[in-house]
Amino acid sequence: MKRLKLPQWLVLLMPAIIILSAVVLIPLLLSLYSSFTSYRLTRPDSLFNWVGLFNYEKAVTDVKFWAAFGRTVLLLAVALNLEMLFGLGLALMISKVTRGQRALRTMMMFPMMFSPILVGFQFKFIFNDNVGLVNNALQSLGITDTAIPWLVDGNLAMFSIIFAEVWTSTSVFGILILAGLYAIPRDPLEAAKVDGCTPFQSFRFVTLPFLMPFIYIAMAIRSLDVARAYDIVQIMTNGGPARRTELLWTLIGRTGYVDARMGYANAMGYVSIFLAIFFTIYFFKKLTAARKELGMGV
Amino acid sequence: MANNTNHQARRVALKWMHSVGLFLAMMVLCVPGLWIVLNSFRPTVEIMAKPPVWIPNDLNLDHYRAMFGGIGEGSVPVLTYFTNSLIISVTSTVIAILIGMAGGYAFARYKFKFKGGIFVGLMVTRAVPGVALSLPLFILFARIGIIDTHIGMILAYVAMNVPFTVWLIDGFFRQVPPELAEAAEIDGCTRWQAFWRVEFPVARSGVASAGIFAFLTSWNEYALASQLTRSTTSKTMPVGLLDFTSEFTLNWGGMCALAVLMIIPALILTFLVQKHLIAGLTFGGVKG
Repeated sequence: MKRLKLPQWLVLLMPAIIILSAVVLIPLLLSLYSSFTSYRLTRPDSLFNWVGLFNYEKAVTDVKFWAAFGRTVLLLAVALNLEMLFGLGLALMISKVTRGQRALRTMMMFPMMFSPILVGFQFKFIFNDNVGLVNNALQSLGITDTAIPWLVDGNLAMFSIIFAEVWTSTSVFGILILAGLYAIPRDPLEAAKVDGCTPFQSFRFVTLPFLMPFIYIAMAIRSLDVARAYDIVQIMTNGGPARRTELLWTLIGRTGYVDARMGYANAMGYVSIFLAIFFTIYFFKKLTAARKELGMGV
Repeated sequence: MANNTNHQARRVALKWMHSVGLFLAMMVLCVPGLWIVLNSFRPTVEIMAKPPVWIPNDLNLDHYRAMFGGIGEGSVPVLTYFTNSLIISVTSTVIAILIGMAGGYAFARYKFKFKGGIFVGLMVTRAVPGVALSLPLFILFARIGIIDTHIGMILAYVAMNVPFTVWLIDGFFRQVPPELAEAAEIDGCTRWQAFWRVEFPVARSGVASAGIFAFLTSWNEYALASQLTRSTTSKTMPVGLLDFTSEFTLNWGGMCALAVLMIIPALILTFLVQKHLIAGLTFGGVKG
């Protein structure tokens, strides 16, 4: 009897591969298949009604889909850049503190412990036009008399959602950039000082290039998360008012579960997943380039 | 001399700006959370008061009493949700860490074909959001009959956490020089013993931080849980939060109390590992 001998690395990787294929890959293939059918939750037999690329054609010609797509990209661009700037500022301020840095770091990470759904409810409460903290404060300070409809007005609702996103995730950037600041070697900074650089110049030309890999890592992690944004928006506005804050995944969730058009929802889902993968690969490419420049090895 | 005092004044001004900026930033980060904590101790009448009551004059434990006693308005079986959350999160974390250690070790120590491809493949599974997985998983789990069970949730969360734990732990094992294990093997250890006696202790803190990440992800997850759980037998706390909402009203006080219960374990864990957290993300991500 010849015993099949697998290489050791495969044995070690096997559990990971098995569980991921069972829980992620097979369901994904199932939904990939259903995206080519007119599957509706209410009529299970429609799972076998093959419609080819019909759902994809419908998705790419659907105005609502592209509106949600645009809004997701907008959220991605605005939220990521704001988080990066605030995170950088926060990390620089904390790294300058001489006493109590540990306590400040812990405080900075406070928002990271909140479940996204909790963040959604929290800001729904805080931006509530009647009993919310923001309106109460504005009215008590006499800045405004009327209740500002933070979550009811389309533009303000988008602002509130961006605020909630930035609030939860600035600390991700803050922590990674802080880690980068600790890792910067002293010599180049001293050399810059000796050569007569102003503080701004030494920040721009010495510190920042060193921080870039850390910033890209945070960008890659966060772009995946924002592209999947669902919980916060779902709770805060549920895509409303009048679809003004509808993002890709809230639209897909609604199409799938509320309208029960699962095949169509899955087709839109696949388009969105490719968007997420594109952004991640883009930032990883940038990361590798930045690493090479610093000679960190790949 | 005048130049010197000018310089001095500028430094003092900068220092003040720094302190004020830091204070404002920390306010923005901490106040929303603290407000939730404060409101969990206030009676509903005071939360809803118009004009607002700024200085709370009646702090009590009513919401907590209602939550744990299961009496009065919005009796939510919080203790059951808490134990469900705890069982599911802890079990899935332990399994994800074991799988992650095996996988991470394979990536860190062995050379094989398609290594980069397999690695990217593992990572891409993270790009799939819970909403996209929830329906096909629901159909699949319903077939096998593990909807609304702990096992179903644990399986889902293990799969969700494995890519990240593999990635982080891989980074940590790379920090351990291979010579260490080789030396132990020369001294008569088997590969297995060398791993547990030499390599694992060195990378232990990294494994711990990966574990905390996995735990927090499972503890906080909502999209999958909302579809795969149906009743009190497996509902977790994030799903339980919705029990405080009804068609037109929201029991803010009760919800805040449950929120506090959700945050406390996360707070303790994050505080314990915050040092490793930074190291973990740096080694795992940037230098990996």
